[in-house]
Amino acid sequence: MNRHLISAADLSRADALLILDTAEELAQITERPVRKLPTLRGRTVVNLFFEDSTRTRISFEAAAKRLSADVINFSAKGSSVAKGESLKDTALTLEAMGADAVVIRHPASGAPHRLAGWVQGSVVNAGDGAHEHPTQALLDAFTMRRRLGRLDGLSVTIVGDVLHSRVARSNVLLLHTLGAAVTLVAPPTLLPVAVSGWPCSVSYDLNATLPKSDVIMMLRVQQERMNAAYFPSVREYSRRYGLDAGRMAMLPEHAIVMHPGPMNRGVEIAAEVADSGRSTIVEQVANGVSVRMAVLYLLLGGAEAGK
Amino acid sequence: MTHTAHSADGGSSPDRRAQSPEQRPPEQRLALEPDEIRRALTRIAHEILERTSGATDVVLLGIPTRGVPLAHRLAARMEQVEERPIPAGSLDITMYRDDLRLRPARALGHTDVPSSGIDGKIVVLVDDVLYSGRTVRAALDALGDIGRPRAVQLAVLVDRGHRELPVRPDYVGKNLPTSKQEVVRVHLAEVDGNDAVLIGGTGGGTGTGGGTGTGGASAAGGTGGTAGTQADGASA
Repeated sequence: MNRHLISAADLSRADALLILDTAEELAQITERPVRKLPTLRGRTVVNLFFEDSTRTRISFEAAAKRLSADVINFSAKGSSVAKGESLKDTALTLEAMGADAVVIRHPASGAPHRLAGWVQGSVVNAGDGAHEHPTQALLDAFTMRRRLGRLDGLSVTIVGDVLHSRVARSNVLLLHTLGAAVTLVAPPTLLPVAVSGWPCSVSYDLNATLPKSDVIMMLRVQQERMNAAYFPSVREYSRRYGLDAGRMAMLPEHAIVMHPGPMNRGVEIAAEVADSGRSTIVEQVANGVSVRMAVLYLLLGGAEAGK
Repeated sequence: MTHTAHSADGGSSPDRRAQSPEQRPPEQRLALEPDEIRRALTRIAHEILERTSGATDVVLLGIPTRGVPLAHRLAARMEQVEERPIPAGSLDITMYRDDLRLRPARALGHTDVPSSGIDGKIVVLVDDVLYSGRTVRAALDALGDIGRPRAVQLAVLVDRGHRELPVRPDYVGKNLPTSKQEVVRVHLAEVDGNDAVLIGGTGGGTGTGGGTGTGGASAAGGTGGTAGTQADGASA
């Protein structure tokens, strides 16, 4: 494993499987009377969040605490960042506090990569702009493997706002590494220009891809990132690319429905689909803690790299 | 858990362990034959039954990697005698080790506690080799997070001495006097394809610890001298 986790592309197949297998073991501890392991005692994990997040920050915090690490939460609001402090100065401050790992979410793509050059500890990307969100991809892969028993040869369809989605990019890269075939379905305006270079196929027709999908992952329409009109109306988007009960019925019997959250019910996913037995949305949150524990353990649990 | 610095990375290098006798470094010798292992386990099974009055509340927990098949073998023998199921499982102690920060993060073993749980039970920890005692300490910590057994006992196939903690086994297959430079390696059919306990030099030089001792033929009774880094909390 590398010292940092910045991109899903950093992970070899062996690394990714090691994380998933470790997470599988760690998932057991949620069923124990003592939901805590002493492994990272005395280590400090800083959650550095320059962007709003509920589940990712809480998930990383819970993961670090279950491994007995000390957690420092840092959010841009109410910090010196609001006074104009640069990322580098913030990083050096954290460095001086002895952070062994920095979990960073930042609106700018590439911020975790820059940060990794400034700090001694491990950097974990918890979402940077429209670039990557590798732990989300890992927990998605973990959820698929738990539900369907395998990843090799699975057909995964990712639907929606791929252009602004770091989840889509990380998932495409990771699932490709793990042997699944990914199809992206979106209006042409919501696909990145460079998508032809991604290891996946692209379709504009959701109905045609549904019957051959083992997994369907609905992405949130990220209205806060949209300054321009990418589609005529929310209603039209929902009619063409939203997952409702009718479309869910076109999926194979065993197929599961995923969503990285937060959902816009009634836009990309109908409430009845989100609450159905095929939906793994709540499971994904629980699995997120196990996967992030695995990542923190594998990055911080052993000897420091180079020692 | 494993018993030497060389193999402390768990089952990641089965190819090296599964080597046939011809490929064995010349200074390695057989300390226990398959039949001796079988007889030792049968004796331990009977001792457990005797000491626990029929093992009514006993749960056997093997420590990965090789403690697990040993626990299941013991359980099978005890079931034959008592004619009822004896719960057996596994207890991974990786996250409780005291030497985690001395080497890269390692893969976790599997923990599988029988559904009956361990509260109020007599837990018999089972491992292949007892050495420093650090694995047992970690196992006691791990047990404490799972429940509260009435008593904890320890069964090992081989006790090679050189304790670093106040740990004493309740059931021993064989006491093997060793020097600290020597490597004791247990092969079990379930993991390695054959049953054997091997003792010898520094394990063909494949180890990461790289103890400076030449080990070798001085074998039994060696008093250890300078312990190479291989001995550091390797496990027990």
